[in-house]
Amino acid sequence: MSLAALFFYLFAGVAVASAFMVIASRNPVHSVLFLILTFVNASGLFILIGAEYIAMLLIVVYVGAVAVLFLFVVMMLDVDFVELRQGFLQYLPVGALVGLVFFAELVLVVGSWTFGEGVTGAVAASSDVSNAVQIGRVLYTDYVYFFQAAGLVLLVAMIGAIVLTLRHKENVKRQSIPVQNARTKAMAIDVVKVPSGKGL
Amino acid sequence: MTETTWFDTLLQVLIIVAQSLALLVGLLIIVAYVLLADRKIWAAVQLRRGPNVVGPFGLFQSFADLIKFVLKEPVIPDGSNKGVFLLAPFVTCLLALAAWAVVPIDAGWVVADINVGVLYIFAISSLGVYGTIMAGWASNSKYPFLSALRAAAQMVSYEVSIGFVIVTVLLCAGSLNLSAIVEAQNTQWGLLGWYWLPLFPMFVIFFISALAETNRPPFDLGEAESELVAGFMVEYGSTPYMMFMLGEYVAIMTMCALMAILFMGGWLPPVPVAPFTWVPGIVWFLLKVLLVFFMFAMVKAMVPRYRYDQLMRLGWKVFLPISLAMVVIVASVLHFTGLAAGGG
Repeated sequence: MSLAALFFYLFAGVAVASAFMVIASRNPVHSVLFLILTFVNASGLFILIGAEYIAMLLIVVYVGAVAVLFLFVVMMLDVDFVELRQGFLQYLPVGALVGLVFFAELVLVVGSWTFGEGVTGAVAASSDVSNAVQIGRVLYTDYVYFFQAAGLVLLVAMIGAIVLTLRHKENVKRQSIPVQNARTKAMAIDVVKVPSGKGL
Repeated sequence: MTETTWFDTLLQVLIIVAQSLALLVGLLIIVAYVLLADRKIWAAVQLRRGPNVVGPFGLFQSFADLIKFVLKEPVIPDGSNKGVFLLAPFVTCLLALAAWAVVPIDAGWVVADINVGVLYIFAISSLGVYGTIMAGWASNSKYPFLSALRAAAQMVSYEVSIGFVIVTVLLCAGSLNLSAIVEAQNTQWGLLGWYWLPLFPMFVIFFISALAETNRPPFDLGEAESELVAGFMVEYGSTPYMMFMLGEYVAIMTMCALMAILFMGGWLPPVPVAPFTWVPGIVWFLLKVLLVFFMFAMVKAMVPRYRYDQLMRLGWKVFLPISLAMVVIVASVLHFTGLAAGGG
């Protein structure tokens, strides 16, 4: 067993175990933390097959941004999760059914999976071009329209999110930075000579 | 590739372990003195003496602090979430140290010379926010929680502009490898060929964003003592607290090193002629890192703390548009003047 295989089993084992803990742990914050551990291990697996660029992006995007937002939301929730789990057994049959259907579909997909012509595993590791350059070349030449379309979809989603959450409340005191910056010493400070024994 | 035996594999692993240990020991000793320098500079600006009792000129102050922290009893609050509470300082410290695996301190002197070095550091520093959030949540106390929310939002915001600044440098260098970025700055003009000059606005933005990213004053909103006591570290004491401090300073050193590599030519001498080229590259690298750290320390000493809304405004409404525009401008200039490196 080579070192790579050892690391594969380490990353894969921890990934599976922590993925299990995501659904098994009682505390939702612990669940998110285990989810993060799963992401990190998945990126370790990417590094092992030589896709270091994807591995780093997985960490930057999913762990560094998406999971932080998850954690924010879960931390702020004040739900009694013990109470929420009361009906666990009640939903078990439905959940099991959905799980079973999904599992059967996955088996079918994997069973009928074939690699396309000329596709082999771990191309990136063997070629002398670093895979950041490789991805860049493909993304900005062959797939540039798809790339632009994906950007457009994200832009629409972003505008949608802003429109949904932007509310102009009345009676809210807002700060205007230009006004604040335009204040001079004469406008802000009033120097008064106070006669002794009089007060202001 | 010839057949590797168990012995070869073991030897390889041992060499990496030895390199990492050497780097860590060196780094931690430098951090101990950088911490002292930070306090001394701060004191000097305020016409105080700073730590001057332990050893000559207080040179052993950091080690005395270390012993003090380690010998004290760690107190774990009753209402805290113990596992996460203790994990948080480890996460902070470990991630900060892990970033140094890819930092080239001289030509070829790097533990892991990976192709995506910049992205690796960017990823690791974006993970640094977890130490803060975990500490704030696990303490189960108001001030740490508020502080964790603040610090996390701040770090996530400034990561965006740091990302764009890095992109402009990458466009110029044509590589994600830190050693290659330094080599790309190796021209006959010496210090005028480094990226701080053509990318000066980005240099400034990166410096300010680095201050915010590492929670340094004037952006230390996470631990603003006038509002939040000590922020997410309120409930921590002894060794866990020390690990936060250590993680923070190592992260600062990482940012200084990143500035030295991206904008100030890493290990390259400022003038590529005889007397300067005799000096080993690691000396130049250390000098540059310390110069950036000196600027960090001076800013801490001289600038008053930002208000939180001003901080967010600066990040999103000033730095983000400027850095985004600069990415477009730099890319256009490189493309239309035919200067674009690599790829082609």
